[in-house]
Amino acid sequence: MIGLSHYLILSGLLFAIGLVGVLRRRNLLMLFFATEIMLNSANIAFAAASYYYNDLTGQMFAFFIIAVAASEVAVGLGLLIVLYKKFGTLDLDDLASMKG
Amino acid sequence: MYEQIAFYLFSVLTIGLFLVTVLSKNILYAMTSLAAGMVLISGFFFLLEADFLGVVQLIVYVGAVMALYAFAMMFFDATRDIKENTTNNALVFFLGGMVALVLVLIFLAPVFSENIEAIYPVVEGVGNAQAVGMVLFTKYLVPFEVAAVMLLVAMIAGIILAGKKMDHSLTTNDDKIISQEDTK
Repeated sequence: MIGLSHYLILSGLLFAIGLVGVLRRRNLLMLFFATEIMLNSANIAFAAASYYYNDLTGQMFAFFIIAVAASEVAVGLGLLIVLYKKFGTLDLDDLASMKG
Repeated sequence: MYEQIAFYLFSVLTIGLFLVTVLSKNILYAMTSLAAGMVLISGFFFLLEADFLGVVQLIVYVGAVMALYAFAMMFFDATRDIKENTTNNALVFFLGGMVALVLVLIFLAPVFSENIEAIYPVVEGVGNAQAVGMVLFTKYLVPFEVAAVMLLVAMIAGIILAGKKMDHSLTTNDDKIISQEDTK
């Protein structure tokens, strides 16, 4: 029987995959993909808690996470386009313009 | 029985697809596998009887967010492999593995939660979408409206940032300083 801990472990593994992506990637678009993975793993954990505790609050949080993720993507991609037109690259090492 | 088969199948496929997303060098492959993983995650939501959440995941993530990424990729060179100088791969995988281990240990620990009671229990006799609507439009009405305003702000910001007159310094006044720094 699949319990709450199965879903939580799956969510933790997916979160770790997203974290590896965030730490490893140098391309900004790939960093966005990794953050999407982390947000989705949180959504799975919320839905599982909502199901096993028979409470709808978890699903509400998941809805708001989806709304936040959608607006984050809209603003972030606009910023990425501005960055790409200005610098011609999306690599974080090339974008570093501050000294230090 | 079917629930177990579906859970393990979806788990293996989702983890594999997201690993492809994280490790692939090609943006197109990464985006495609990310979209497929999102579809499978909605499968988890259907397993958990959160039907409305699964449908929202399909529409918003797989439909809107992925289409947005696909449109944004038209501005970038998507077919070329990206070159990243990953400085210390072993350290990254060590840290990621350690975080995964710690998270799994935390989730495996016994949960002392016998006294947790549902504040908004699932209403009997109605579908999931109706129950979600009842809770969302009574208890969570103010956050819902705030989220609506936030989406409006995000839409305006996206239009302005990706708009046509971007070359005329619509976003920042110190374009010249940054471009001077860049052409060093």
